[in-house]
Amino acid sequence: MTTQKDIRRPRVPRVFGSSLLYLVLGLLSILFLAPFAWMLSVSVQDLAGVFAHPFRWLPDAYRWENYRQVTSLLPFWRYAGNTLFITLLVLIGTLLSCSLVAYGFSRLRFRGRETLFALCLSTMMLPGQVTMIPLYMFFAHLGWIDTYYPLILPAFFGSPFYIFLLRQFFLTIPREYDEAALLDGASRFRIYRSIILPLAKPALITVALFTFVGTWNDFFGPLIYLNSPDRATLTLGLSMLKSQVIGTGSTPWHILMAGAVLIMLPNIVIFFLAQKQFVKGIAAGGLRG
Amino acid sequence: MIPRRMNDRWAGYLFIAPWCFGFLIFTAGPMAASLLISFTSWTMLSPPSWVGLENFERLFTEDPLFLRSLWNTVFYVLLSVPLATCLALGLALLLDHKVRGLSIFRTIFFLPSVTNVVAVSILWLWVFNPEFGLINSALGAIGIEGPLWLQSESWAKPALVIMSLWGVGGSMIIFLAALQGVPHELHEAAQLDGAGAVRRFLHITLPMISPALFFSLIMGLIGGFQVFTQAFVMTGTAQPGSEGGPNNATLFMVLYLYKKAFMDFKMGYASALAWILFFIILVLTLAQKRIGERWVHYEAGE
Repeated sequence: MTTQKDIRRPRVPRVFGSSLLYLVLGLLSILFLAPFAWMLSVSVQDLAGVFAHPFRWLPDAYRWENYRQVTSLLPFWRYAGNTLFITLLVLIGTLLSCSLVAYGFSRLRFRGRETLFALCLSTMMLPGQVTMIPLYMFFAHLGWIDTYYPLILPAFFGSPFYIFLLRQFFLTIPREYDEAALLDGASRFRIYRSIILPLAKPALITVALFTFVGTWNDFFGPLIYLNSPDRATLTLGLSMLKSQVIGTGSTPWHILMAGAVLIMLPNIVIFFLAQKQFVKGIAAGGLRG
Repeated sequence: MIPRRMNDRWAGYLFIAPWCFGFLIFTAGPMAASLLISFTSWTMLSPPSWVGLENFERLFTEDPLFLRSLWNTVFYVLLSVPLATCLALGLALLLDHKVRGLSIFRTIFFLPSVTNVVAVSILWLWVFNPEFGLINSALGAIGIEGPLWLQSESWAKPALVIMSLWGVGGSMIIFLAALQGVPHELHEAAQLDGAGAVRRFLHITLPMISPALFFSLIMGLIGGFQVFTQAFVMTGTAQPGSEGGPNNATLFMVLYLYKKAFMDFKMGYASALAWILFFIILVLTLAQKRIGERWVHYEAGE
């Protein structure tokens, strides 16, 4: 795909006049932001405020202790530690394995390379449910239920989308660098480590960001593999808290919302810090010909 | 030159070894096992017994809940995928107008896509609250009495569809990137030939972005058939096992599969269900590819 998207040019077909355009965009923005605003507002109200008619977006008194309450209810910090531990190891595994595999697929010639790469890409379409039950039994057989191994270990074996992203990036690095290093007697691994990896930093950052967000948000994995309450991740913990309190007459929505805000926060912060990488990564995924 | 080549070959296999082992251990092996398990009756407590095609027969002839979940899933996909695609395309077209503050709007529309599904589900559970929720409050303000949403058999699925529209940010970004790759000269030339905005959209923009459209439709379809977390978190009562309510209106295929496998421990039955799901996704993806060949326009070469 050609990338001429950076050339800024005036759009000739103006379907909308510009004020109408901004009006529409503004209204849509309000629609998209309203649930967030509602969540933030509820998270600092008392229960009476939650059930007030009509709803008051800005309460008279801000109840910050909702946040303290949810951290002791969950136990938040313990779950945050668990989630962070899993996420960090998955990050290491993903970056390591995917970059190695992508290097193999982009730089080295071997028999069956194209077939294997096509196979790798095609597994992206495979619904996880097909392999879920045997994998669960396999991990149960190893005695790994209620441990973090089933959530972490697969990351060390590569993941097709990230392999694809990294391979595409590696292909843009001039081969002359490799050739020069080879003439100097460098091994293929040395080239991967000392030339490709440093040059591929932007792509590696994109993969790291996606992996972080994906693992932090993962629900299905922790749901089936973790049983003991103190091993739960934040996402699983919030879901357990929800099932405990829902339908108990007076569901503490303000506390739940405070928990939801806290869990969303890291991803939102990361997204704001690294918007460009996110946008690039997603666009690259969609633009493969 | 030859020793180098030989070396490279082995180095190549060594570099891709993690994926090869991963493919065998976590994909190919489990797939074969899953197919075998689907022909057995297996509760994990007793050894499996071979039952042939019985699981599949029972799913289609004796299990109204399965048929219900199939219908629920198809309904959800048929509604959410086209609507989400249109909305994403609409947003991308708006933002392609050389908008000032593009990155702010892009951030706003994309933000829901990076947030945590469980947190979002709890948030929307409250947004859909018939009495105090955001939607019915807004509807009430203009004099419309909103439905019971998640507590209503007929509105529960549409509610989840509406919520899914909040997550169109990813597709929007893909479309936006594709739109920005459409050569401006094409529009200019067509305009000189007297083509109006609508004709240019249909005959230039759409064909030029059709690969992105196609990709997003396929991914939407695959994702839509696997809808689970929202229904698991948002529907049913406090009672375990009631997920998918009211009256199984949001019992989607993956939710039913989860219940069969991890609540009833019917691994054979659940595996059969997983293969049906896989088969449906496969057939639809291939069909879409077939149709796509006719209307997707790829640039010649890379």
